[in-house]
Amino acid sequence: MSAITADQNPPAQAMTRLKARLDSPWINAKLISGLLLLLVVATTELFGPLIVDPKLALIGSSPTNVVPFWVTNFDKKQGFKAPNLEHPLGTESKGRDMLAVVLVGTPRTLRVGLIGATIGLIVGTALGFIAGFAGGWVDTVISTLADVMLTIPGLAVLIVIASYATELEIVNMGLIMALFAWPLPTRVIRAQVLSLREHGFIQLARLSGASTFDIMFKEMMPNLLPFLAASFTETVALVILATIGVETLGLGPTRIPTLGMTINNALQQAAIFRGMWWWWGPPIVMLVLIFVGLFLMTIGLDEVANPRLRKVRTQ
Amino acid sequence: MSEELNQGLGTANRAGNREQTAAERPPVSPNGLDKEVVLAIRNLSVVYPTREASIVAVNDVSFNIFKGELLGLIGESGCGKTTTAMAILRLLQPPGMIAGGEIILAGKTDLVKLEGAQLQAVRWRDVALIPQGAMNSLNPVMRVHEQIGDAIDAHVTPRMSRDEIKQRILTLFGLVGLPARTFDLYPHELSGGMKQRVCIAMAIALNPALVVADEPTSALDVIVQRIVAQNLLDIKNRLGVSILLIGHDMGLMAQLADRMAVMYAGNMVEIAPARTILTEPLHPYTQLLIEAVPTIKTRKPLKLTEGLTHDLRYPPPGCIFQSRCPLVMEVCRRVRPPLKETKPQHQVACHLYDALQ
Amino acid sequence: MRGLTGKYLLKRFGMFVLTIWLGMTIIFIIPRLAVGDPTSALLGRLMSKGGNVENSAELIARWKDRFGLDQPLHIQYVRYLYNTITFNQGYSLSAFPATVDDLIQRTLPWTIGLLVVATLISFVLGNAIGALMAWRGTPRPVKSLLPFSLVFTSIPAFMLGILLIWVFSLTLNLLPYAGGFDRKVSPGWNPEFILNVARHAILPALAVVLVRMGSWALGMRGMMITADGEDYMVMAQAKGLSSGRRFWKYGVRNAILPQVTALGVAIGSIAGGFIIVEQIFSYPGIGSQLFRAIQDNDYTLLQGIVFYIIVGVAIAVLILDLTYPLIDPRISLKKN
Ligand SMILES: Nc1ncnc2c1ncn2[C@@H]1O[C@H](COP(=O)(O)OP(=O)(O)OP(=O)(O)O)[C@@H](O)[C@H]1O
Ligand code: SF4
Ligand SMILES: [Mg+2]
Repeated sequence: MSAITADQNPPAQAMTRLKARLDSPWINAKLISGLLLLLVVATTELFGPLIVDPKLALIGSSPTNVVPFWVTNFDKKQGFKAPNLEHPLGTESKGRDMLAVVLVGTPRTLRVGLIGATIGLIVGTALGFIAGFAGGWVDTVISTLADVMLTIPGLAVLIVIASYATELEIVNMGLIMALFAWPLPTRVIRAQVLSLREHGFIQLARLSGASTFDIMFKEMMPNLLPFLAASFTETVALVILATIGVETLGLGPTRIPTLGMTINNALQQAAIFRGMWWWWGPPIVMLVLIFVGLFLMTIGLDEVANPRLRKVRTQ
Repeated sequence: MSEELNQGLGTANRAGNREQTAAERPPVSPNGLDKEVVLAIRNLSVVYPTREASIVAVNDVSFNIFKGELLGLIGESGCGKTTTAMAILRLLQPPGMIAGGEIILAGKTDLVKLEGAQLQAVRWRDVALIPQGAMNSLNPVMRVHEQIGDAIDAHVTPRMSRDEIKQRILTLFGLVGLPARTFDLYPHELSGGMKQRVCIAMAIALNPALVVADEPTSALDVIVQRIVAQNLLDIKNRLGVSILLIGHDMGLMAQLADRMAVMYAGNMVEIAPARTILTEPLHPYTQLLIEAVPTIKTRKPLKLTEGLTHDLRYPPPGCIFQSRCPLVMEVCRRVRPPLKETKPQHQVACHLYDALQ
Repeated sequence: MRGLTGKYLLKRFGMFVLTIWLGMTIIFIIPRLAVGDPTSALLGRLMSKGGNVENSAELIARWKDRFGLDQPLHIQYVRYLYNTITFNQGYSLSAFPATVDDLIQRTLPWTIGLLVVATLISFVLGNAIGALMAWRGTPRPVKSLLPFSLVFTSIPAFMLGILLIWVFSLTLNLLPYAGGFDRKVSPGWNPEFILNVARHAILPALAVVLVRMGSWALGMRGMMITADGEDYMVMAQAKGLSSGRRFWKYGVRNAILPQVTALGVAIGSIAGGFIIVEQIFSYPGIGSQLFRAIQDNDYTLLQGIVFYIIVGVAIAVLILDLTYPLIDPRISLKKN
């Protein structure tokens, strides 16, 4: 019975409210740690130029084959040079400074992902809404096209495109990636719109005379938000995956490094077998951070969207 | 018919009335009130712990289910009927858990104490379930006969042959009026009424002592409701099983039940023979319930308003019904009235009858 | 066969044809968008590499003839469609007079073999792990180990490939890192060769399995949790069925259905990702061939390979679509 009185005094009420806010599904450990990880990676965009001159990421800007600063035991026969604090992460065989490569390449790779996924998500969401609301043949056309596009291996077609394109810069690359990024959000949003349409409250809104536009944005958006967010992070990961795939094959930007291009260079120059782990290692570490961050966000958002997934975890 | 149904089950390890076939059982008295207790629920409490406080969904509830009777359990939505049923079956889904009490089967086994293999053995053989939503209660990827068959397979020793199982299932179909072709169908190929009857057939497959039916007719149209209700009466009369029938519908319940138990906010407030409940309800809540039953000829104002129940996490001291009771007295605010026998076979929890004991 | 109604078959074959047609059309359009005139562009590219191409005059003649590049666009298109679906995709630019189809058909078995095996292993393992993660009856020690199988889930398979080579080939010297078999064994159906091929397949297969496994596990975990909340699971428990039967016939049997659908959706990206894995391991499959075609500017071969990949994926999806009704009895009645 004391609970009743406790509930009525103001500080306790504030506590309850605070607890309720902390109970919000959006306060999700996976989601937040993923976001933090990505934010850390994204700071390369801001701090990169302060730490190192971006020009050092270009061919011939530095001495070649310098080992990272903490390496003392290295193979001189391979032509490796003694560590040098001017190039803390060492340099590769064409005279690029690895720290500069990573600091320049990471934001560029992130940017392709964001551009491709943003456009893909906008187009995909619009198509998903249209398909879900219009129904009939419009729905048939859109969802069939989305299914077909999902079946066609995007990377294979992207390779054809990239091999014909003369010079691919970040923006173009992102635009091309968007071509294959829309079907996923389309399917997700269409399915959600259809299931929300079944829900009474949308129909109620309709009966009460709300316009279709109002229904879409006021009533459905809050419910769709976690799904949209999850398909965004998933799409960013897909776009970056495809981008570095294309780049690893030697297509894509050639002058200013990206992470994928750096891996391609390392592979071309047999860096793995020559023991130049500081060549392929740093871009892979950055990519792993990016992918893990996006992955954590995606499964966190899945839990936000689907309460059942949460329940089991706490058991 | 029931003889037929019992063949092959003679060897099933039955906890309570072991080698008893229906024929050997004492005859069911016309009013269904012979006094052999099949299931005794004693001081049962069920809680759903939440972060701030526990919801006491079932609070210190005691009642008996007699052999061969149909006991109706009624009360408004959220009062704890399903929770009571699931506790009896030991099927509470987390976070729900039994906080105390006993559920004594056939005067011997306390279901609350059973775990693992023992519990598995008692399930279906002694206590079966007709679920609230027959729609989703059948496994969509298994044929009807497989789903009934696996229950038989899991409990009957020695194992019955495929042919025997088939014969048995067809007999069950006959009892609930399902066509034989249902045997090979998948759930999505059945109508709602057929699904519900498959569930009934499944529930009596092992001739259990008790069948718990949680609103078995709620999702059906009126005609099919009547058919399914008739099925329930038939199996009760022919097989002598006890049925705990949960429902909202006073009208339907009045035609089916031998006795009725009324729940309010997790508490049992009144138990009496069905006719008595309808003609002379004692508890003010029951009285309101009965008055609220609409008839076609007379429209009645709705006296009970929904949603006025207190917060279940913080029950008031004293009577659980005080905030809605038109007859509330001073004592009601302080002392919780216990469920007491005020007249023969008639129990009520209300201070109005304190003088009567 | 149950569930395989005429309408369903027609729809699935329709999707199959549509996928291949759209893929071919994209391959047809891209070169014509990218550079004004495909003839001169291609000839120009050929000239710049003239030194490498023997019989270039003959090649150019056959090339022009095959594509009918002086013809109007729609004629070119129809011809291209006809040639492609009759597996007559002309000559490789870098390995003339070998034809594109010959070259590809030589490498294709390697890719199909490894890819199918790796995909199936990851699907089975991943789903088993996911199902056990969600199941309440899973023994505690097992349950606490399962999440470790998710470690590699989010990274691309080819990056894991690089790490695997570094660890298992260069550092530990346990397994070969390149090629499909050693030169010293003679190809054929002899145990030595087969064993050698298997040893070479371990690392690339492992890269695919470890990476893919986790996403199947996560998906399956979600599906099992969903299935666990269904009424039929409560019913199975009420019936007193054994834990094993509830797990398989009620839980997994239902939860696997959306996973099979998801496999159909994922095949395209699995195949795409595998192109790069092959290149990392210099595996003698279609992916490495694609990489070489890019380096040699062999556009005919490149387009041919992409066509084969699209067809391969479409066939795999079709097979899945046709088997699905056999595991889901509801599909025949579903009205889409
Ligand atoms: N999983 C749960 N977690 C927390 N509270 C629950 C849970 N399940 C049920 N409850 C609470 O327990 C109380 C009783 O629920 P129960 O389902 O038993 O009601 P009921 O009488 O069967 O209602 P209905 O007639 O609507 O089926 C309700 O107040 C409900 O809020
Ligand atoms: S005890 Fe009092 S409040 Fe409760 S039902 Fe009886 S009269 Fe009403
Ligand atoms: Mg209920």
